Amino acid sequence: MSTLNPTAGTLAGHGHGDGHSHGAHHNPGFISKYIFSTDHKVIGIQFLITTLLMLFVGGGLALGVRWQLAFPWRELPIFGRLIFGSQGAGISPEFYTMMFTMHATVMIFLVIIPILAGAFGNFLIPLQIGADDMAFPVLNMLSYWFMWPAIFLFGASFFVEGGAAAGGWTSYPPLSDIQQAAPASGMGQTLWLLAVTFVGVSSMMGSVNYMTTIINMRAPGLTLFRLPMTIWGMFITAILQAFALPVLTAAGFMLVFDRLLGTTFFVPGGLVVNNAAPTVGGGQALLWQHLFWFYSHPAVYIMLLPAMGMVSDILACFSRKPLFGYRPMVYSMAAIAGLGFIVWGHHMFTSGMNPALGMTFMVSTMMIALPSAVKTFNWLGTMWGGNIQFTVPMINAIAFVSMFVVGGLSGIWMASVPTDIYFHDTYYIVAHFHYVLFGATLFGVFGSIQFWFPKMFGRMMSERLGKLHFILTFIGFNGTFFPMHLLGIAGFPRRLADPYQYPVFEHLRPLNQGMTYFAILMGFAQFILLFNFFYSMFKGKKAGRNPWNANGLEWTAPSPPGHGNFESVPVVYRGPYEYASPLVEADYLMQTTFVAHEDRHIDPDQIAHHA
Amino acid sequence: MNRFWCLFFVASAVLAVVFFYIGPACGWWFPGVAASPLGQQIDDLFYLILAITGVTFIGVHAVLGYILWKFSGKEGKRSDFQHGSHTLEVVWSIVPAGVLLFIALYQMDVWAAFRMKSRFDQEALANPIAEVTARQFEWRIRYPAPGKVLQDTPQPDDLYTVNDLHAPAGKPVVIKLRSEDVLHSFFLPHLRVKQDAVPGLVIPVWFEANEPKAYDLVCAELCGWGHYKMRGQLTAQPQADFDAYMKKLKETQFDDGFKEAADE
Repeated sequence: MSTLNPTAGTLAGHGHGDGHSHGAHHNPGFISKYIFSTDHKVIGIQFLITTLLMLFVGGGLALGVRWQLAFPWRELPIFGRLIFGSQGAGISPEFYTMMFTMHATVMIFLVIIPILAGAFGNFLIPLQIGADDMAFPVLNMLSYWFMWPAIFLFGASFFVEGGAAAGGWTSYPPLSDIQQAAPASGMGQTLWLLAVTFVGVSSMMGSVNYMTTIINMRAPGLTLFRLPMTIWGMFITAILQAFALPVLTAAGFMLVFDRLLGTTFFVPGGLVVNNAAPTVGGGQALLWQHLFWFYSHPAVYIMLLPAMGMVSDILACFSRKPLFGYRPMVYSMAAIAGLGFIVWGHHMFTSGMNPALGMTFMVSTMMIALPSAVKTFNWLGTMWGGNIQFTVPMINAIAFVSMFVVGGLSGIWMASVPTDIYFHDTYYIVAHFHYVLFGATLFGVFGSIQFWFPKMFGRMMSERLGKLHFILTFIGFNGTFFPMHLLGIAGFPRRLADPYQYPVFEHLRPLNQGMTYFAILMGFAQFILLFNFFYSMFKGKKAGRNPWNANGLEWTAPSPPGHGNFESVPVVYRGPYEYASPLVEADYLMQTTFVAHEDRHIDPDQIAHHA
Repeated sequence: MNRFWCLFFVASAVLAVVFFYIGPACGWWFPGVAASPLGQQIDDLFYLILAITGVTFIGVHAVLGYILWKFSGKEGKRSDFQHGSHTLEVVWSIVPAGVLLFIALYQMDVWAAFRMKSRFDQEALANPIAEVTARQFEWRIRYPAPGKVLQDTPQPDDLYTVNDLHAPAGKPVVIKLRSEDVLHSFFLPHLRVKQDAVPGLVIPVWFEANEPKAYDLVCAELCGWGHYKMRGQLTAQPQADFDAYMKKLKETQFDDGFKEAADE
């Protein structure tokens, strides 16, 4: 009860100046404080550090893929002799298929989803809504620890017979269904499915927790339409996960049953693959694609909406100006989430499903571009007339907007079926989703790390190193991924270990080599981030409570906040974007600041008209 | 330093445009003009969307550049206290909605022409030239005997090739696409045709090659470790040459090594 209603119970008795320790929480020992912690901040930081390390694993796999595309069958530097010493130190085609499969798997399931929902969701939700912790702290701790079996299973799968899963992260049956279909369709694929189930359980525990916390534990005065966009992003993402994940989990189990128990959900009867015994019964390979994308298309927004929210906060703060069109921003985010459930078929235009469905999915997919456009215009509106400060979080946020525009616009070719006939399964798709998931989401994440780092560790990250990291990453990123649009227009297919087998793609080799050099640059630039992160944790400049002069509730807590977060219950008088308010001298007005003559019954939109 | 960031983002956008501009000259573009009538329609749609998205991209980045130039670097300046504009929201919702809906509806016809059986050339649909069966890692092609119609089940007089598909040029032809094991995808980049092969389904695919020429046949759906080498070829030839090829194929295939003695 006390955790569900913190403002009335646990927090009420505590006055100002209580410092770090909080009366309602005993001081925990080392293990329960830093390892099996139920404190949302520690769990958030655990998620952050884990996912940052996974970023290097996924990035390493990507560099392997890039190497093969630039110099197929040539000796892989450094690792080649170690891994493929017996076969000439070049990447084998089997291993190539494993690399791109596991690159996507690691980046999606162990980096992007957990860094947004796990790291920032955990750290920011209670702080930004004025709660002392999550609604279910133990569940929260479990959601972190359920990631580890997945990490171990993904890792172990490289060492089982046949190697790690190699059917693409989409794992389309029958390749992923029939054990004999490929060397890696054996044990590796089973482990992959188990691991994905574990991450699914982890996400689901987070999702229930976030929804409950955001609905029940907001500080007094914090109405839904006074929430920061970050919280809206996390809230909508949690709802998306709750509705989409069960479908993937169920489909995953069906696939496991096909593989181990002899059911045939996803393969037709009488199929003989590589002299395996013929399948008995009769299912439909396309069923998996429907179920998979019913989860995985909403998952694309799970990988984007929280970053959109965080970037909105950053853009408003460093434009020193209220967020433009707060309610349209919330509604468009909700619209993206809602429409996200009826567009999955656009991944299947060439799959052989009923062509009439292609038309409906094309219209719904086109419509989802609309709220994305509205958001972009509102971000520009936020900066317009502001007093822009080019801090590291801000330049990353601007990059988010710029790259999101590229990723959004290239999506239009995929949404329209006729052009998608040509672009499907080419590098155009690869360019598109990297612009959304790296160009938008990861730049948003880099900005957010720098922005909330002082709240996490009480110290600032280096601006100088942050800018260097940004410039190198931005150049490396665009140098790697922008040419992929042109590769796609040239018809260059994805997932080929040696595309130059085809004379029609032979002339694209030099372009691919150039892209690989940019990818290597981008990869090495991430060590700057890593160094900046850990160096600043101990040696960074000390930060006060509110180093950015921002408005949100998290900035009223100490940096870092103690167990229990706030010394007293924050009372909220307004939304988080009242920068440059005429009510006060300073150019920011915190959500908790009481202003005597403020007419709080006036809608903020109306104030704008008066001003 | 403020100006630097404005120029940095503007320069990256300009480079993007330049890259698209020089792409065709560097060969980083479509593999030639579309070699089929449907492909030309797809290319036209591509260029239409390129125009719309290009204008949007340049417009958004011009505004972004202006904002970064104009609204930065003024110490102590107070921002406008502005929460939004109902009119602007309405305008920038309705305009993109109209454009997007236009793109969606405008495309339908080409899609219908490609995939709706009622829109196929009915004669070609009734007489498919071949059954193409994808398997790890090759294309198996089954033609009906010259003068016969392709049956669903293999016939004793059917003709077979591997990775070598021949078709008459200059008219729509239909193949029946199947898969023997996992998913594959029948991709003719020059003709802008792509269709997945799904085990358990028989999918009719039509295409029309303008020129009598050889075209690459690419597998575009991951089908296992050897996916990269699943290379085939489509040879489009004039009808007479095609008929001659079929006749020769029949002769080669049914040659039992026994030669009749010369008459008398």
